[in-house]
Amino acid sequence: MRIVIAEDSALLREGLREILTRFGHEVRAVADGAGLLAAVDGQVPDVVVTDVRMPPDFRDEGLRAALELRRRHARLPVLVLSQYVEQTYATELVHSGAGVGYLLKNRVGDVTEFVDALERVAGGGTVIDPDVVRHLLSRRRALVPLERLTAREREVLALMAEGRSNAAVARRLDVSPAAVAKHVNGIFTKLGLPVAADDHRRVLAVLAYLRA
Amino acid sequence: MAEVLPQQIPRGPAAAGTAWLALAGHPLRFLGSWWPWRSLAYLLSGVVVAALWLAGVLALMCVPAAGVLVLLAGIPLSGVERRRLRLVDRAPALSTHRRPGRRGAWAWFGTRLRETGTWRELGYGLLFSFGLAWVDFAVAALVLCAVYMAGLPFVLLLTPPEYLPLEVLWLDVADGPGAALVSAAGLVVLPVVLYLATAYAAGRAAMTRSMLARRPDESLRAEMVELSRSRARILGASDAQRRRIERDLHDGAQQRLTGLIMTLGLTRLELSGAPPAARDLVERAYGEANQALTELRDLVRGIHPHVLTDRGLAPALDELAERCAVPVDVDVRAPGRVPEPVEAAAWFVVAEALTNVARHSRATGARVTVEHGDGRLVVEVADDGVGGADAAGGTGLLGLADRVSVLDGRIMLSSPQGGPTVLRVELPCAS
Repeated sequence: MRIVIAEDSALLREGLREILTRFGHEVRAVADGAGLLAAVDGQVPDVVVTDVRMPPDFRDEGLRAALELRRRHARLPVLVLSQYVEQTYATELVHSGAGVGYLLKNRVGDVTEFVDALERVAGGGTVIDPDVVRHLLSRRRALVPLERLTAREREVLALMAEGRSNAAVARRLDVSPAAVAKHVNGIFTKLGLPVAADDHRRVLAVLAYLRA
Repeated sequence: MAEVLPQQIPRGPAAAGTAWLALAGHPLRFLGSWWPWRSLAYLLSGVVVAALWLAGVLALMCVPAAGVLVLLAGIPLSGVERRRLRLVDRAPALSTHRRPGRRGAWAWFGTRLRETGTWRELGYGLLFSFGLAWVDFAVAALVLCAVYMAGLPFVLLLTPPEYLPLEVLWLDVADGPGAALVSAAGLVVLPVVLYLATAYAAGRAAMTRSMLARRPDESLRAEMVELSRSRARILGASDAQRRRIERDLHDGAQQRLTGLIMTLGLTRLELSGAPPAARDLVERAYGEANQALTELRDLVRGIHPHVLTDRGLAPALDELAERCAVPVDVDVRAPGRVPEPVEAAAWFVVAEALTNVARHSRATGARVTVEHGDGRLVVEVADDGVGGADAAGGTGLLGLADRVSVLDGRIMLSSPQGGPTVLRVELPCAS
C-alpha cells in the first residue's frame, strides 16, 4: 500500500516508517497538518496515518486535516493516532463515514495487530480503539438493557464496536462465524437496534447506542 | 444551600474616643478633661502647618524642574494632617494611598499620579492653607481671648508696669474692681467658647478625615479588588504553567515512551523464533512500558484537559462523565465558547465534584447541567447519593472556592444527611 504518515515527533515518525516499510508498504512522511494536505493532494495514497496534535498550534490539526482530506478525496481512508482516548474525536471520525480508524498511539507497539487494523481501514473498514469501547461499556454497565446480554454477547458487542467483522470476531473468540452471527442477531434484537447491513453502520449503531 | 467561602475578611478596629464624644457624653466632666485643650492645640497648630506648607509650595514653584512636584504636595501635608487628627480623634486615620506594585521612584510616581486620593489631598491643601487654617485660628483666638480675660488679675500681677494694658473691653482695668469684673466675665464665657471651639474642631476633624483618610469599607474593598486581581494573575499564571507542563510531558516523556513501545513491538516481532525466556522478558518490558504510559497519561489528563482547550466545555464535560465510575448525564446549554478562565473553573469544579460523587456519595447516578444566561454561567452537579458532604472536610472544595471567587463567582453546596447532594457554581460571564 502507499501510505502517508503525518507525525511531528521525528522519533515516532521514523518508528512508524520502519514498521510499515518492514511490512512492504511504501511510506511518505510529513510533520504537520499543512504538509499532510499538500502531500495527499500531490499524490493520493491508499491510506493516511496521522497524529492528532501537530504544529503550529498543537491542538487538533491532524484530526481536522484528516476530516478535510476525507471531504476532498472521496472518503480517503484515514487512521488517526492519538496520545489520549477522546470520545469526541472518535465520534467525529466515525460520523465522516466508513474507512476510518482511531487508535491510541501505543497500539502501534502491537505491530501485527496495528498493521492489520491499518489494512482494515484501507479496505473501508472501521477501527475504534478498545479503550473507547471499554469506557462506553463501563458507563452503560449500570443501565438496564446491557444486563440482558449474556457474557459472551457482551464480548461480541465490544469487538463489534471496535469495528471488527463477524469473521474477525469469530477468530478473536475462537468460535465459528455462524455462532458469532447468532450472537450479533441476539444483541441487535435485545437492544432494539436496527439490523445494519455493513460493519461500519454496525459500529455507528453500536456507538450511538453506547453513547446515548 | 450553604455558600462555600474562600476565607473571612477581618473587620476594621472599633472607633476610639473623640473630642466630640467626650463633649456630648459628659459636658461637665469634659471641661475638666484634656479634650478642650487638645481641640485648641488642634486649631492653633493648623496655622503653623498651613504657613509652612504654603511657603514650601511657593519655594517649589520657584524651582523650574521641581514644578511638577507641586502636584504631589498634598501628600506630605495630608500625612501631617492625619497625625494632627489624633489630637481630637483617637481612631486611626489611614492613608488612602496604595503601596506601589513595584519598587523604584517611577513606580511610586506612576501610582500616586493615578490615584484620586492624590488630587483630593492637593485640593485639601489649597482649601486648608488659604481658608480653613485661618478660620481655625480665628475660632482658637476666641478661646485665647476668654482665657486672657479670665486670667487678667494674674496678667496684671506678672506684667511689668510699663507694658500694662489700660483697657480691656472698654473697661478700665488699671484698678482692682475693673480687672475682677473682666476676669469674672472671662470665666463665664470660657466654658461657652470651649464648647464652641471643640464642636468646631470636631467638625473640622470629621471633614479632614472624610477628605484625607480612607473609610474602612472603601479601603477594604479597594484592597480586595487589588487582592483578587493579583490572585487572578496567579491563577492565570498557574493555568498557563499547567498547560506548559502538559505540553512538555506530551512532547517529551510520552513520545519517548511511545517510541520505546514501538521499538519493543518490533523486537517482539524479531524474537518470534527466539528462546521462550528471551520472549518472556521482552513481553514483560513491553507490558511495563505500556503500563507506564497509561499512568503518565492519566496524570497528564488531570493537569490540563486539552479537549477543553481544543473543543470547549461540552465535549470536555462529556469526557469527564464518561470516565466517571458512576453513570452521569451531561446537559450543557451553553452555545459557543465562554472565556478560558471560566471554562477552566467550570471544568475543575465538575471534575472535583464527580470525583467526590464516585468516592463518597454511594450514588447510582449523577447529573451535570450547565446553563449560560443573564451574564453568568451556572454549573450544577447533583447526585442521588447519601449526602452529608462537608465543604470543610478536605473535599477539595475549598481550593475550588478560591478559583471561583477569583472570578467573582459563588459556590454553593447542599448535602443533607441522606442526600441528595447538589453543588452549584455561578460564574459571571458575559452572554
